[in-house]
Amino acid sequence: MAYSNELKNHHNELHNFRLRLTVLGLFALIAFSILAARFYFLQINRYDHYQTLAENNRISVVPIAPNRGLITDRNGVVLAHNFFVYTLEITPSKIKDLDATIAELAQLVEVSSVDLKRFKKLKAQSHVFESVPLRTHLNEGEAARFAANRYRFPGVEIKSRLFRHYPQGKMGAHMIGYIGRINDKDQLKLAERGVLSNYKGSDHIGKSGIEQSYEAELHGTTGFQQVEIDADGKAVRVLSSTAPVSGNDLVLAADIKLQEIAETAFGEHRGALVAIQPNTGEVLAFVSMPTFDPNLFVDGIDVENWKLLNESLDKPLINRPLRGIYPPGSTFKPFVALAGLEADKRQPPFSINDNGYFTLPNSTHRYRDWKPSGHGVVDMQRAITISCDTFFYGLAMELGIEKLTDFVRHFGFGRKSGIDIAGEVDGLLPTPEWKQRRFKQPWYKGETVIVGIGQGYTLATPMQLAQATAILANKGVAMRPHLVSAITNTKTKVRAEVVHAINDKIVLKDENLEIVRQGMVDVTLPGGTAVAVGANAGYSIAAKTGTAQVIGIKQNERYNEKLMNERHLDHALFIAYAPAENPTIAVAVIVENGRHGGSTAGPIARKVMDYYLLGKLPAVEAPKDAQPITSANSTNSLTANPLQIPEEEEHHD
Amino acid sequence: MFSKLIQGIFKHIDSFLISCLLFTLLVGLFVLYSASGQSFNRVSAQLINIGVALVAMWFAANIQPQLLERVAVPAYILGVLLLIGVALFGDISHGARRWLNLGFTTIQPSEIMRIAAPMMLAWFFARREASPRIRDFIIAAALLATPVILIMKQPDLGTSLMITASGFYVLFLAGLSWKFLLGGAVSIGAMAPVFWSMLHDYQRRRIEILIDPTQDPLGAGYHTIQATIALGSGGVTGKGWLNGTQSQLDFLPERTTDFIFAVFGEEFGLIGNLLLLILFSLIIVRGIVIAGQAQSTFSRLLAGSITFTFFTYAFVNIGMVSGILPVVGVPLPLISYGGTSMVSLFACFGILMSIRTHKKLVASG
Repeated sequence: MAYSNELKNHHNELHNFRLRLTVLGLFALIAFSILAARFYFLQINRYDHYQTLAENNRISVVPIAPNRGLITDRNGVVLAHNFFVYTLEITPSKIKDLDATIAELAQLVEVSSVDLKRFKKLKAQSHVFESVPLRTHLNEGEAARFAANRYRFPGVEIKSRLFRHYPQGKMGAHMIGYIGRINDKDQLKLAERGVLSNYKGSDHIGKSGIEQSYEAELHGTTGFQQVEIDADGKAVRVLSSTAPVSGNDLVLAADIKLQEIAETAFGEHRGALVAIQPNTGEVLAFVSMPTFDPNLFVDGIDVENWKLLNESLDKPLINRPLRGIYPPGSTFKPFVALAGLEADKRQPPFSINDNGYFTLPNSTHRYRDWKPSGHGVVDMQRAITISCDTFFYGLAMELGIEKLTDFVRHFGFGRKSGIDIAGEVDGLLPTPEWKQRRFKQPWYKGETVIVGIGQGYTLATPMQLAQATAILANKGVAMRPHLVSAITNTKTKVRAEVVHAINDKIVLKDENLEIVRQGMVDVTLPGGTAVAVGANAGYSIAAKTGTAQVIGIKQNERYNEKLMNERHLDHALFIAYAPAENPTIAVAVIVENGRHGGSTAGPIARKVMDYYLLGKLPAVEAPKDAQPITSANSTNSLTANPLQIPEEEEHHD
Repeated sequence: MFSKLIQGIFKHIDSFLISCLLFTLLVGLFVLYSASGQSFNRVSAQLINIGVALVAMWFAANIQPQLLERVAVPAYILGVLLLIGVALFGDISHGARRWLNLGFTTIQPSEIMRIAAPMMLAWFFARREASPRIRDFIIAAALLATPVILIMKQPDLGTSLMITASGFYVLFLAGLSWKFLLGGAVSIGAMAPVFWSMLHDYQRRRIEILIDPTQDPLGAGYHTIQATIALGSGGVTGKGWLNGTQSQLDFLPERTTDFIFAVFGEEFGLIGNLLLLILFSLIIVRGIVIAGQAQSTFSRLLAGSITFTFFTYAFVNIGMVSGILPVVGVPLPLISYGGTSMVSLFACFGILMSIRTHKKLVASG
């Protein structure tokens, strides 16, 4: 009984055990089924999702920056090119103690305080994951020393970078411009243009001049390399690559030798010069003095140099040809003369008897001529030659402000010339509507009078003056001024010449043009205001001098240049084209505080024309030229237009 | 004579079980070769581990279950003492105190406990085969809790969980009442919110991340996320042996040990995964058969516990790699690289074989 009980118990227990074993087996089956379901979900349902994630993990697209196009002058002289340099770069986010790392690095390669300051500035501007250059232009020895110690510096690396270099240094800096590191503002602009992805591998972008305005041509197309990376981000192998396409090369119309002659001719003077080929619009020289070294800006300018340039009273960073606005003074007269002649006024043999001043009817106010005693009998041609203020006072008065400004506007005054680099300002051609708008005041007749001699509110840039002179030389046909004359596609090697476009055509009578031309030719002949400029030229020059006041002279005061601060002296202006019969060059020169157009601005223009027309190099500072016989000088009380330079051009730093 | 010797050597080896195990090991070696970045050194080291493990299995298979039953209590006591020794004098490595330096060698007593704990409980219930009462289960729970708590303190969550599981299987198979099971589950469920409210914020956060690793993608969750990507991107057929991008490009951490299944799943896909589950299932089914046909209570309980502990290892590891279970340090049996766990695992299989092959002797004797 007990035995059978035990047996029964045993049987029961075994049965129970097997039941529970089966329960556990089912439990395992369910558990494995859950795993199988999970596999189905991951590997079939969400396969695409995880496949993408895995690909994102392993594939990295590395941009390859294209080579920036070269810039050369018309003779192939290189103005901007690229070269490889080693830079020592730090990725701050990968480094725990930046100062300690830099201190250690400084034992291997020289790190100056300038480098350090620039690094800190760039670091502040860059994104966390970006590498920032600490030192540029490492020499072979330094590169080798760092390479040997590289293991000690995770997050620091040597990169071989293409650097932009401007071999001409300061020469033509305002024309060529410079590139600089891409900042947030640039990023926004690139995004607006929809080309941000093309800048993935680029650190730099054109910031001014041709570098900025021809960015789209110069930059090129970024290439891409698809690489497989491991978990540390190290490239394991290249999967595919698209080669970058270099930017296009630009050929400028300018002759860098001509540029050099012009810049040298300025000496210590401040000012601007623009030379244009009248029948094509090609800009042959584009001078802004003083100038600066664009190489300083390429990888971020250091604080000292920036301060030096930015705070200098000479304002070297201002692009004077485009942004310096000056009263055109007497250089305005040839255009006023044409306005009169085309309106059938002052046609020969008309003449006036100049007593040294002009008065409006029913007024006693005297608009004085620069020559107090007057010029006596003066006709149109002679009025230009001797720069007779009284003659032009009367002419302006008779034409009226609307007619006058409507006419000269065609010569480009008061509006942008349309030159192919950015930053140009409008200048100012005053009208009654403008004055009402600007000052809420009516126009006075006296204001018309002084517009006749390029004073009053009238303001022009050196570029506008040069363009107006070129239009005059080209008999009223206004060509679009341009610095770039050809673009060479680096891929196809096809050189595309820039089309010489006509901006405007002014219908002018030949006989009227002839009167003005003759008057201007006589300027550089004995009896003219710039006789020294024309002396022994070997070609005829049509020119006009001008002077622009910096400080207003009161009605009964005399202008005494000896007593004045140098910076308050008059600006000297000079426009010319040559050869007068068949002009191939038109020049406008402004010498700030240069006093007399004929004596300071004129000789600069002459050197430029001599080289351009005759291939003649200026003589090594010969003894002072003969004193000018006369000088143009317009003075009156209403005009007080100092050099107006718009505040601070936008310089990325 | 030679064939007789061979027969003698393999007398206690279960041919079905050993076939499944060897085949799975072979698969494991291929996966390890890929996961280790094609390192022959790693593979040969694992081959040595396997060799030692097979010897351990052979010995275990040749020990009679009765002998095992006799050494259960001393082994358990020795294990607990060693664990206490570890707690007092153990060597610290990787932030955990798991090893005991005996002067001539270092041992990991928790590995001994993997076998000793279920043996002890099986021994205990073998003495109360009529109908164990609630009190017996409470004593058994205490016997189990002692080593588990010591191991958890090391800390070694993975091993303590596995030993808990192995002990639970013994309790369950010994006839733990359904009411008690249900009551336990309900009371744990009821206690959870109270327990939760007692935790500090940072502790809650750690548990949250344990449950949902995507909350900490670069920290604790990184392993799971990368493993899930590896598995998912494997698709149906896998990327092919040695071609898993997640595996070969270092995105998978711990890919020769705890996360080796991700390598397998990436390179062999859904088909490979299901085949591996089938292999594991065959081993488990064989274990169930052995347990079901075992002749003593001790061997029945021990065989059942060993079988389902193996299942638990496989399930927890794969579940953790595929992101449905929290990450606890549990290797994938037969596949993950590692010597100690391999040896204790094969010792267990040896015990299974012993139970299988010695029963006729018992019956005839």
